[in-house]
Amino acid sequence: MRLTLKIWRQPNAETQGAMHTYEIDGVSDDMSFLEMLDVLNEDLIAKGEDPVAFDSDCREGICGACGLMINGQAHGPEVTTTCQLHMRSFKDGDEIVVEPWRADAFPVVKDLVVDRGAFDRIIQAGGYISVNTGSAPEAHSVPVPRDDAIRAFNVATCIGCGACVAACPNGSASLFMGAKITHLGELPQGQPERDSRVVGMVAQHDAEGFGGCTNIGECTAACPKEIPLDVISRLNWDLHAALRHGH
Amino acid sequence: MTGARASRSTITLKLLMAVSGIAFILFVLAHMYGNLKAFSGHDAYNEYAAHLRTLGEPLLPASGFLWILRAGLIIALVVHVYAAAALWRRAKRARTQRYVVKKNLASSFSSRWMRWGGVAILLFLVWHLLNFSIGKVNVSGGATNDPYNLLVDTFDTWWMTIIYLLAMLALGMHLHHGTWSASQTLGLTNTVRARRNAKALGWILAVVIAGGFSLVPIFVLAGVITK
Repeated sequence: MRLTLKIWRQPNAETQGAMHTYEIDGVSDDMSFLEMLDVLNEDLIAKGEDPVAFDSDCREGICGACGLMINGQAHGPEVTTTCQLHMRSFKDGDEIVVEPWRADAFPVVKDLVVDRGAFDRIIQAGGYISVNTGSAPEAHSVPVPRDDAIRAFNVATCIGCGACVAACPNGSASLFMGAKITHLGELPQGQPERDSRVVGMVAQHDAEGFGGCTNIGECTAACPKEIPLDVISRLNWDLHAALRHGH
Repeated sequence: MTGARASRSTITLKLLMAVSGIAFILFVLAHMYGNLKAFSGHDAYNEYAAHLRTLGEPLLPASGFLWILRAGLIIALVVHVYAAAALWRRAKRARTQRYVVKKNLASSFSSRWMRWGGVAILLFLVWHLLNFSIGKVNVSGGATNDPYNLLVDTFDTWWMTIIYLLAMLALGMHLHHGTWSASQTLGLTNTVRARRNAKALGWILAVVIAGGFSLVPIFVLAGVITK
């Protein structure tokens, strides 16, 4: 198929970028979106032009490195990551607009690559449990109710791709934080640091310049892992509890 | 050190928003119920209006209940508007470079109009207070000292009824998303079922309150409620 691509090009963080239009031919249905960009880049390199920079790593939908705004939807029209989006989701003659995640907390590094270091700093501010490493303890020594284990596991599937922030009109990272808070807060190992975790993560979230949540639900619709909106309720509940406990 | 951090967060602003919003929901629910007295006729409506001034006597002074209510509502309004403005400003700063193309997938129409809808309700509130409370403006040029007659004169004017109905549409939308959003902010929607219930409650309150308020102007204009 033949496509028209409108791609955000920006040489570096300091220079203002702009949308550029490229024509690409011979795209097959079976190509992934990133493979289609690889083909475009080979063409650009052959012409002596600068290839389009974009992030990718596993290309299996599990690492969270790739992430593009495709026709106004984070990761494009399917519920999956950009690398697992295939060109069969588009048709011949389509115009595809490709932009980087837009959030001031995720500054553009180059073209479609953004710096998602803000997420790492939010995790460092409390998204962990403090335990001594060494041999794993006997699993049966800490019983976990089945429903809690399932919920913790379901939300632990968050890969930190940033689609929630990209889709949110407020540029809020509440779904990401909520997933981590719920994941650790459902498990016995997460209890000792539950208050300091939520206080630290929320303070870092706000310091990074993310917006506040207005509960409109664009995040969960964009999430490739389908993290539900109720993790944000859990995040709010935990912050209120921390406030009541004097944090 | 952590004390200041938790209470200064965006979530705390949202909490203030939710609590002040719930105060407004309770107020408009009672206000809407009171307005329906217009269906009982001139004397019943005016008696109700006068009774609000003597409510709580002799424990409270004359109009004491109304002043407590007004003070509470003014505090709630200041808190609600302050938190909304602070969060609006934050959201603007969180994405200074906008998307060329951005689709809305899951957000409701009401949710996307919360901020401007809130501004519309605030502007309406100013006019509403001038109309019936602080200023007492009779757009038909009649007397203003009789609450029931002022009400009938106002809504007999077709464009006033339209303004009020549009304001009720804005209020209904605000309540539709606001009720659900407050439940979520308070951390009460921790399961799929609770989430569904909170969204249903948003619809119910929007229809009951905005719909209930709209009955009086519609029935005045239709000639059912008359002087």
